[in-house]
Amino acid sequence: MMDLTSGDLQRRVQRNKQKDKIFAVIGLAATFVGMLTLAALLADLMIDGLARLRPHFFTSFPSRFPAQAGILSAWVGTTLVMLVTALTAVPLAIGAGVYLEEYAPKNWFTALIEINIANLAGVPSIVYGLMALGLFVYQFRFGQSILSAGLTLALLILPIVIVATRESIQAIPNSMREAAYALGASKWQTTRDHVLPYSMGGILTGVIIGLSRAIGETAPLITIGALTFIAFLPDPPVKSEFPFISFDWLWSPFSVMPIQMFNWVSRPQAEFHLNAAATGLVLMVMTLAMNGIAIYFRYRFRKRIKW
Amino acid sequence: MKNLLLVGLFLVAMSPGLAKAQIIQIDGSSTVFPVTEAVAEEFQKSKRGKVKVTVGIAGTGGGFKKFCRGETDVSNASRPILKLEMDYCKKSGVQFIELPVAYDALTVIVNPKNNWVNSLTVPDLKRMWEPAAQGKVTSWNQVRSEWPNNPLKLFGPGADSGTFDYFTEAIVGKAKSSRGDFTASEDDNVLVQGVANDRNALGYFGFAYYIENQAKLKAVPIDGGKGPISPSSKTVEDGTYQPLSRPIFIYVSKKSLDSKPAVKEFVEFYLKNAPQLVKQVKYVALPQNAYSIGADHLKKGKIGTVFAGTAEVGVKIEDLLKREASL
Amino acid sequence: MGKIETGTDYGFFHSQSENATANAQWQKLRERAVEFGMLLCALSSVGVTMGIVWVLIAESWHFFANVSIIDFLTDTQWTVLFENPRYGIMPLVTGTLVTSTIALIVALPLGTIIAIYLSEYANVKVREVLKPILELLSAVPTVVFGYFALLFVTPLLQRILPDLPGFNMLSAGIVIGIMIVPYVSSLSEDAMKAVPVTIREGSYAMGATRLQTSLRVLIPSAFSGIASAYVLGFSRAVGETMVVAIAAGTQPNLTLNPMQGAATITAYIVQVSLGDLPHGSVAYQSIFAAGMTLMCMTLIFNIGGYLLRKKYREVYE
Repeated sequence: MMDLTSGDLQRRVQRNKQKDKIFAVIGLAATFVGMLTLAALLADLMIDGLARLRPHFFTSFPSRFPAQAGILSAWVGTTLVMLVTALTAVPLAIGAGVYLEEYAPKNWFTALIEINIANLAGVPSIVYGLMALGLFVYQFRFGQSILSAGLTLALLILPIVIVATRESIQAIPNSMREAAYALGASKWQTTRDHVLPYSMGGILTGVIIGLSRAIGETAPLITIGALTFIAFLPDPPVKSEFPFISFDWLWSPFSVMPIQMFNWVSRPQAEFHLNAAATGLVLMVMTLAMNGIAIYFRYRFRKRIKW
Repeated sequence: MKNLLLVGLFLVAMSPGLAKAQIIQIDGSSTVFPVTEAVAEEFQKSKRGKVKVTVGIAGTGGGFKKFCRGETDVSNASRPILKLEMDYCKKSGVQFIELPVAYDALTVIVNPKNNWVNSLTVPDLKRMWEPAAQGKVTSWNQVRSEWPNNPLKLFGPGADSGTFDYFTEAIVGKAKSSRGDFTASEDDNVLVQGVANDRNALGYFGFAYYIENQAKLKAVPIDGGKGPISPSSKTVEDGTYQPLSRPIFIYVSKKSLDSKPAVKEFVEFYLKNAPQLVKQVKYVALPQNAYSIGADHLKKGKIGTVFAGTAEVGVKIEDLLKREASL
Repeated sequence: MGKIETGTDYGFFHSQSENATANAQWQKLRERAVEFGMLLCALSSVGVTMGIVWVLIAESWHFFANVSIIDFLTDTQWTVLFENPRYGIMPLVTGTLVTSTIALIVALPLGTIIAIYLSEYANVKVREVLKPILELLSAVPTVVFGYFALLFVTPLLQRILPDLPGFNMLSAGIVIGIMIVPYVSSLSEDAMKAVPVTIREGSYAMGATRLQTSLRVLIPSAFSGIASAYVLGFSRAVGETMVVAIAAGTQPNLTLNPMQGAATITAYIVQVSLGDLPHGSVAYQSIFAAGMTLMCMTLIFNIGGYLLRKKYREVYE
């Protein structure tokens, strides 16, 4: 029975420790592969694009002269579209995720919804564009506007955020919920005050990944009518007359940075390719900024979890 | 009071763009895009921001779809309107004026180190590109026996593009009739790279891409029956570079012309300034009288297409413009 | 004659309990409303699917009126855009499957290893720096990844495999894999982090190394979350459009050899919908038939994934 001598045991423990150390190296290497790729991409973009990042690049409209062309309409468009996307997708996804985890009965109908959501994650973005064209642009008459674009992208990233929400809610031990119920809390109070705060970290991960994807999308937006040449900005959200805020910008035609990039990179003139690289850099910085906000919140939420 | 405020906000939110009346909306081919972009840029400058022009790149097909629904005022097209699209327009009651605006000379390119090709005839090209060549014509000496026994590497635009349609129509005789085993790409820059890196390569794409990359490429003079002609603005303009000079168009909605005076001004501006703007974006301008005839058509409101809904190759532009048009 | 204190007291209690009942009813209504609101959110996803399916079916209907479905499923050539078109979807399907498989071969191991590393080996500061950097990978526009694959990865691979053509599925697959690593790693790491610390500490208390704990305790416990991440990664790989269109080419090719170029279903859809084809023609409507095929493929895979996860979902208490 005691066929494990202490020598054997020692050796086993040594081997395991070695494997552990080796894995640490492998893990670091794996992480570096990801970071190296990112570095290569950024270096590639910077070599070509850095020279173009002058202030006038950000304040000029597109032009047939590469040196004069800028991304003003594009970055404003991206910002506004992402605003609509975030404000639509996040509440919708959290609502759906919470429902599926906390409220939904475990029947075939719920299973159907779950499979459906996972399936939507695999629909190519261009198909979302084609659907949105028929639905938002024509049927609902939102036109080829920032509103249509934001809604299309929101639907595109919905599955990611819902899945992340569900997984993080699922991971919360039932003891938390039961403690709240024991104190007389209602289901919604439990969810709002106990489940959601603890799952916010995971939810934010989903939001980050989802919004990052949305900001870089080209094909569906071209389909619903995003423009490539637009030399004016949407009406500003703040007006000087009553009622001081305006929603006109939602209905405005627009362009976005990935489309501008896509157009420039396929032009024959090499100088346009430099513009494209510069746009790529700006896009990545914008995404980093957007992610940074969510990451900050995720860090704060994560710090508070103690179980 | 709070409710009134909310209702007010709601009404404001629900009032869609009143600015629409001052916007000229254009969409369609990404080949025609650079020309229209140049015109739109200059036009807006001349109007000091009072008129806004937007241009999209949904493709010739997508552009016509929107155009026939009445959503765009002008459609960029790298090919004439087809029967299917004409029916769609008729159904929605959209009438159009067809205006050629430039030539896109399709240039056949080989690698600069290719020292055996001095010119190509249409039958040469047909032997290379026809469907029967698939899997069979794989080396240069199968096209002309005096050429070396090097592998034939072909590059061309994707089969969904107007360039492909026109080339196959001109060379093989029927649109879309081509072998399938060539390297296809939507992005002509990729084709440039492909040919520039391979001594045995041959490709075809728009003139602008050749001009911008002259150092890496060698354009092949094409013998359309009257001796080898090299592509250049001159030979395309005077009609000697055949059959690979294809016209690109804009289609203007009659309703927009009548209801939005800005559209009429824009198109007139387009035709007047096309000669120099087209050159700036490295396309080839039509002969001057082609633009004058076009402006005349515009003024008279001559609706319809002269192509009767199918593709056509090798017709001189002046002859085209004199034809009877049909809707 | 003093006030009837008790009467007032009773009155006080009465109104208290009335208030309490009213409050309870109001709260019940609120609860119901909240639940209903959330149900609507969940149903919105069903609405989206219905919208997509409606668009796909409406247009495919016309397509299948002109093309026999047997031909569609069994023909070995997809030459829809050429004269004498043939409508066999198999070349596009193999293109999709080969690129996605390569992507998964890259992303799943890499992503899981990174997740384990970040969750168990890295300290908090390192993790909070590395994780956002990796998530930035998913922020790179797909167009950029496409050109990266074409202009950087392919020449690199051509040094090792000199016969590699300019357009090939290997480059595209590898780059898609790298692109979805954040999906797999971030979501898996979240799942592993969420395993209760008691379980983790129990394992360490038994003398297990970090590797042993990760492989034998954490991954099985977090399996549901990790499987979700895998399924999401697969769906994303299959639905990727621009990378394949740019780097793998647009020439349909029935082959399982990743060193050749091929078109995927998604690349074909993008190519045609943004091209010069007239909308409404049979060739144009072929994209909807292709889209339907893709949806069926992902549906089968997702149902499988769901059943798998249901079997292995762990409940802690």
